[in-house]
Amino acid sequence: MTIQFNDESFRDDYTFRNSEWAIKRFPFPFHEDSYMYSVNMEQHRGGPEGSVYEKRFDVDEHYVSEMKDRAIVLDQDPLRCQSLPHMTLAGWDLLELIMVSKSEDYPDLFELHRNGNQWRWINKPLGIDHSFTFMDETTLPYGPMEYITRQAQGDYAVLDQRDDMLWMDAGMVTTQADWSLDFDIGMNFFEWHAPVPLAHEMGVFQRALKFLLNIQQGAPARRLNWTMTVNPLLDTSPENYSKWGIQKTTLTPENIGRKQHLRVELQTFFRLPRSNALVFPIRCYLCAFEDLMTVPKWGRRLHRVVRDLPVELATYKGFINNRPLMLEYLSQFDDGLPTSPGVWPDLETEPPLTK
Amino acid sequence: MSKFEFPKSIASRPVWGTLEFRSGEHHLMIAEAEGAEAVLDIATPDLMAKTHIIYIPRGTDYADKLRALTPAQFYEGPSYGAALPRIRRVLEDAHMGLQVYLTGTEGMMGQAMNEAMAVGLPHTAIQTEHRGSTARRMQCVHCKGITEDVEVDPFVCSHCGLNLFVRDHYSRRHAAYQGVRVDAEDHGNVPEPKGIYE
Repeated sequence: MTIQFNDESFRDDYTFRNSEWAIKRFPFPFHEDSYMYSVNMEQHRGGPEGSVYEKRFDVDEHYVSEMKDRAIVLDQDPLRCQSLPHMTLAGWDLLELIMVSKSEDYPDLFELHRNGNQWRWINKPLGIDHSFTFMDETTLPYGPMEYITRQAQGDYAVLDQRDDMLWMDAGMVTTQADWSLDFDIGMNFFEWHAPVPLAHEMGVFQRALKFLLNIQQGAPARRLNWTMTVNPLLDTSPENYSKWGIQKTTLTPENIGRKQHLRVELQTFFRLPRSNALVFPIRCYLCAFEDLMTVPKWGRRLHRVVRDLPVELATYKGFINNRPLMLEYLSQFDDGLPTSPGVWPDLETEPPLTK
Repeated sequence: MSKFEFPKSIASRPVWGTLEFRSGEHHLMIAEAEGAEAVLDIATPDLMAKTHIIYIPRGTDYADKLRALTPAQFYEGPSYGAALPRIRRVLEDAHMGLQVYLTGTEGMMGQAMNEAMAVGLPHTAIQTEHRGSTARRMQCVHCKGITEDVEVDPFVCSHCGLNLFVRDHYSRRHAAYQGVRVDAEDHGNVPEPKGIYE
């Protein structure tokens, strides 16, 4: 299908909307009626047609507007994109991976023409037609990682691998769930995850690291993570928390369906060929509660997950104060019927709401 | 004396050790304030004959005691900033087998560790021992300014003036803990500051 790109904002007047198509393909993260941390990795080798898992780098109706929002963030704070000096080669690897993947997966939107190191990149949605020399930084307006990630939805953490450890040594981070690249750059895997409660004690990070160290070229992996965001704000950074934190207090029973969003990260992991670095794209999908409630199974399940989540997790995810209001709203969509296993909406087979 | 037992914390928070003699041709010891006591604890005539001591008193007076150890070189500097060019010069000349010992506040040790890492020493090869003040060097996540010697939580960012709470999340690269606006979700509601470890 041809994607109709939305003209929308993720700040100020918040005109962001999901079409019906986007709601149905939303990566609902709960495969059962409860949630606890797990490594939950699977191979990233496509998925059902039209789903967000189908392509290596999903492009959707929000693409153009998300890239405009990224440009605004970078204008205000260039420290959101940083790369330690030894990571330039990994930046070229990433540029190649994204250009090759997008031109193969979306030939109507992106073209890549290569003649030796002379490359021509055409990005139709953003109106870019650019010839450059691969591996020659002087032929690009930015470093290679910054250049390509200004044209790709989601955050990108580029991890160096040495001493059996992953190091956060480069990244483009403008749509993050409240962590600072500027602060965390240079940290190892355990250090940058240090503030996450419970998971260390459960051994989740030890297992995840073991898995990630062994990811091979051509065999990417993926997992989902989630949190809650009031208003469709992409830039929930700690840098700007002093400005957006107050928005969390604006929920009312009347506006919660519209304002409260489930924020899901599709995290993928690719080994890069020349640098042996690991790139960790973190793609953010937002969906308003009222849109999620159009899928009866998701309505029943979200209520049960939010209700039963341990206090530590609700606190860490930043919605402990709003949980009572959320439950009041969500309980209207839970009639107590059982739900089918798995994340899919199952609109044809799941019963409509009976209350 | 003046040893503080830090409570167990998260994985990014540095863990400081106890200085011990390690064999090496040259030894650089940077001691801030009560850190001088840690140097006195491990000093032997053989070790001191190969040691360059850099001492930053910050109101303490260990200079005579340290001098009495007759180290190969002794320097007393009025502040870390004043001592820094000398520290860099010494590290520039670092040969294989240089042993580095840092002792004093977390802020000094973190910054000096970065200097040593910049010339290629792995951070795991640098010895540390915390002594004296438990004040923290804090980075404001909002304005990026560093506030030195923070003893209370919350505190006022010395750059942008926001009231920040003190996190245990620590960046070796900034040699600082992270400070985050405490009243972001309720402007003006700033709790009464108390000691970080109270």
